[in-house]
Amino acid sequence: MANEPAIEIRDLRKRFGSLEVLKGISLTAGQGDIVAIIGGSGSGKSTLLRCINLLERPTSGEVAIQGETYRMRTSRHGDMEIADRRQVQRIRAHLGMVFQNFNLWPHRTVLENVIEVPIHVLGMKRDEAVHRAEKLLNRVGLGSQKSMYPGFLSGGQQQRAAIARVLAVDPLAMLFDEPTSALDPELVGEVLSVIRDLAAEQRTMMLVTHEMAFARDVASHVVFLREGVIEEQGPPDQIFGDPRSPYLKQFISSVA
Amino acid sequence: MTTVFDLSLLAFEPPGWGKVLLVGFLRSIELAAGGYLLGILIGIFGATGKLYGNKVVRDLLEIYTMVIRAVPELVLMLLFYYVGTDLLSRASTAMGFGSVNIDGLTAGILVIGLVQGGYATEVIRGAILAIPRGQIEAAHAFGMPPSKVLRRVTLPAMTPHALPGMANLWMIATKDTALLAVIGFSELTLVTRQAAGATQSYIMFFLAAGVLYLALTLVSNLALRRFERYARRGLVSAR
Repeated sequence: MANEPAIEIRDLRKRFGSLEVLKGISLTAGQGDIVAIIGGSGSGKSTLLRCINLLERPTSGEVAIQGETYRMRTSRHGDMEIADRRQVQRIRAHLGMVFQNFNLWPHRTVLENVIEVPIHVLGMKRDEAVHRAEKLLNRVGLGSQKSMYPGFLSGGQQQRAAIARVLAVDPLAMLFDEPTSALDPELVGEVLSVIRDLAAEQRTMMLVTHEMAFARDVASHVVFLREGVIEEQGPPDQIFGDPRSPYLKQFISSVA
Repeated sequence: MTTVFDLSLLAFEPPGWGKVLLVGFLRSIELAAGGYLLGILIGIFGATGKLYGNKVVRDLLEIYTMVIRAVPELVLMLLFYYVGTDLLSRASTAMGFGSVNIDGLTAGILVIGLVQGGYATEVIRGAILAIPRGQIEAAHAFGMPPSKVLRRVTLPAMTPHALPGMANLWMIATKDTALLAVIGFSELTLVTRQAAGATQSYIMFFLAAGVLYLALTLVSNLALRRFERYARRGLVSAR
């Protein structure tokens, strides 16, 4: 099992009505890989990430987590639909996602947000969940805010709480969907430094980002998406230092 | 003046009518509370059915809420009360349980609950739609089963949005109980009328009933305000 890739995507397509957003993507993230997905607006980055935990249902193709492929079936209308809801729930419980807008639960304190999934999905005992959550919150620098409600925290603090919420499930892989895009510029650094720490631990991550310097610094593999296909991919030094595709060259110079 | 405001008529022991009035008041509260709770249950079921159900469920619920909101409440109550109890009785006979006699309180709660449920469905549906979709999505992304998402995320997150509308519905429920006087249910309005008729002290007894309804409203307001503060605990209010 340990040799299975953490995330494997095979010929993934996604269509919204007549608009084909992903046009056949194959991508693998091995254990401990940190894959950064970059690309312009509308290139399909977020859709690709959201297909990994089936928040978006692919139109065709396969996704496997730790060697286990999601079981899908074709509906009456010809769409793919989830064939085994329990399997999806089981896999999702071990895939943490960090959202652009944090999506913490506002009626629960920071601590309650972090213990929610361990207790109510993974069946952990409350004492243990609280103990672990407190350690994680200290780690992301929110030890003294644990009793506050998320709405009263800054964006950077909320995103760090969201990262702690993901760490609490001890994820097989972490999915980051533009984790700093909704933040004020002066708050971006504190979130990136937490992600950087996690990267140093060899946690498997897939990260959609607009922070090019960060991607270059942290990623082990960079994927450039353009109009729903992988235009170019490779190690960060090659992608940013020696881009082949004219579109990638243009993209890098436009965001630099 | 002494004949209009002979306060001894409000005494607890006969010949005073105080006890009768209070018992009627308690029955009104029982009716309102039971009907309201039933209405909330129907509302939660109706709202989730309308939002997440299949087409048949959605259409049926659409008809239900349309009928409830289109027909005058008094007509609905008469209809539910006479037709409903009759149907229930017939069904019970047909299934071999023999004819059943539905007591007034149960019937009244069912009638008020069905009416309240129609409005509650729409209030709760709107409140669920007001939840930022990411909060529910996050719960799904962590593998939470749908029933738990509803219980642990959707319902608590929609409560602050539903409360103003649901508070209105409670006030309406307390006053709708008076409509049941028409079908002979001994709630506050009916007993007031009896007391007033028997003593000819109309003004005093109806004022007394008014004071009781007002007291109920005031106490409810306090409780609802406290609950609203609790339900909004995590929300930063923008006024």
